Amino acid sequence: MFQVRIHGRGGQGVVTAAEMLSVAAFDEGRHAQAFPSFGSERMGAPVVAFCRISDREIRLREPIMEPDAIIIQDPTLLHQVDVFAGLKQDGYILINTNKTFDQLGLGDMIRDWRQERLCTVPAMELALKHVGRPVPNVPLLGGFAAIAGVLKIESVIKAISERFAGKVAAGNIAAAKEAYAIVIAEMEAARRKENQHA
Amino acid sequence: MLKQTEGSRAVAEAVALCRPEVICAYPISPQTHIVEALGEMVKDGSLAPCEFINVESEFAAMSVAIGASAAGARSYTATASQGLLYMAEAVYNASGLGLPIVMTVANRSIGAPINIWNDHSDALSQRDSGWLQLFAETNQEALDLHIQAFRLAEELSLPVMVCMDGFILTHAYERVDMPTQAQVDAYLPTYEPRQVLDPADPVSIGAMVGPEAFMEVRYLAHAKQLQALERIPAFAAEFRQIFGRDSGGLTHTYRTEDAETIIVAMGSVLGTIKDVVDEMREEGHRIGVLGITLFRPFPIARVREGLQGAKRVVVLEKSMAIGLGGILSTNVRMALSGLHMHGYTVIAGLGGRAITKKSLHGLFREAEQDALESVTFLDLDWNMVNKQLEREKAHRRSGPVAENLLRDVGVVAARNY
Repeated sequence: MFQVRIHGRGGQGVVTAAEMLSVAAFDEGRHAQAFPSFGSERMGAPVVAFCRISDREIRLREPIMEPDAIIIQDPTLLHQVDVFAGLKQDGYILINTNKTFDQLGLGDMIRDWRQERLCTVPAMELALKHVGRPVPNVPLLGGFAAIAGVLKIESVIKAISERFAGKVAAGNIAAAKEAYAIVIAEMEAARRKENQHA
Repeated sequence: MLKQTEGSRAVAEAVALCRPEVICAYPISPQTHIVEALGEMVKDGSLAPCEFINVESEFAAMSVAIGASAAGARSYTATASQGLLYMAEAVYNASGLGLPIVMTVANRSIGAPINIWNDHSDALSQRDSGWLQLFAETNQEALDLHIQAFRLAEELSLPVMVCMDGFILTHAYERVDMPTQAQVDAYLPTYEPRQVLDPADPVSIGAMVGPEAFMEVRYLAHAKQLQALERIPAFAAEFRQIFGRDSGGLTHTYRTEDAETIIVAMGSVLGTIKDVVDEMREEGHRIGVLGITLFRPFPIARVREGLQGAKRVVVLEKSMAIGLGGILSTNVRMALSGLHMHGYTVIAGLGGRAITKKSLHGLFREAEQDALESVTFLDLDWNMVNKQLEREKAHRRSGPVAENLLRDVGVVAARNY
């Protein structure tokens, strides 16, 4: 079972992102369970959503406390919420930012981490460019398809077109594809760097 | 057809397939998505003929459902928590009059302190209201139980409450197999009321009954509920024939053959419990699960039959009888009368406290050693409790409990992971 936790703020489409991940997994014939961290959600307040993906029926109903991957939709949460709580060693981290992990002050934390599992993508800018709205959730799903190898980008695109229509769907698909390409390139650069060190 | 969808949406679609004629709606979390979806279906004409009535309160919602049902319409509403309490007087009237209304309760705690998260306090507060109460383990079961609920309600002329865990199920996206209209039509016949307000054949419904007949009317309500114990397995069997899957029934057992320890629970926590039981079985523990689908009428004989081979029974419930212990466990004790075995009550998950596999592993191992208290509060923070008790000892004006505790834990935003 692969478990993803998504952190963001009310209004950024955190819950929608988890739901769309589950739809993408379902489209691949897998079992998936998405659910929000249930609270009084308000615009701008920290929000968490979860998604489990498995080849078997998912019966477990506890919140995801030891995720395999974490998606951070808003980097300002790094100073407010323990977003990395319980993340498995060498788990995947995907952050919406145009900064590096060092610039975000995370250098010490991830020093011994597998570098190709640490990714950033300027999802807010991609959303503004392709969709015209500051909603980073869908581009990050494109990035997620690149990092973990759990879902195909084609399934993410299918889930986007099931959720949205017309121009919004087309813009989100373009943003997701660009995020996917950015993360693939980042991972390859990280692997090359590690090979040079080896 | 298999689809990946939200629990609330799945229930709304299943209710629509049952062709309700009147839906009364008043919003309260976490049931809101269900009636919102139904409202859209009525508005766009995909659910017709159906009247969708926005009312001014939950009391009005149930009152309108009573009126609609008495006039012969298949009637549906949904609520939760304080909303269910607010309609309580009409809830008793619906069953007392024998009107086959179906209502979803998206289970949520009851305040004060106000809390919007899941537990079973709301539905269980109405356990003696005369409604039948079914509890769903998954979203698939939630949608299936609604289809069975209309059949059951109309057959017995009694209202049925379908309970599903708020947020945990209502807001979860998961795979469901949505039946076709033809399947539901084959299962659910047209509503033929036993009593109806018909100008062509006038009757009155709701007479005052004095001591001369009140007890008899009440006894008949009890006797009718007991009939459900026979009808429900038959309806579940018929459901399997048409829809091709097991859903509903009185109870479900899981790995109870040769089990020394059996865990009893209701609702979605059964999934987490089964995962723990599988892991413990692999290590050689003789442990199993009895899930209760039907809480009212309480299937005493079936529960006894399912538990009597065990050495100990642990009832894990998301509810509490303050001043006594458990509600579900008190009912289970009735079924175990005269049997010699250890019985434990575990109160868990109140107000949305997560019930984790890790805590259950510890709990079940303690139970196997017979080291549990007779009433245990899972993952209770004793430091927090004791600090408040000390405060009350030290100061007469110790202040409001909830505010004190929140100050002690320094909560800025509630979290459950």
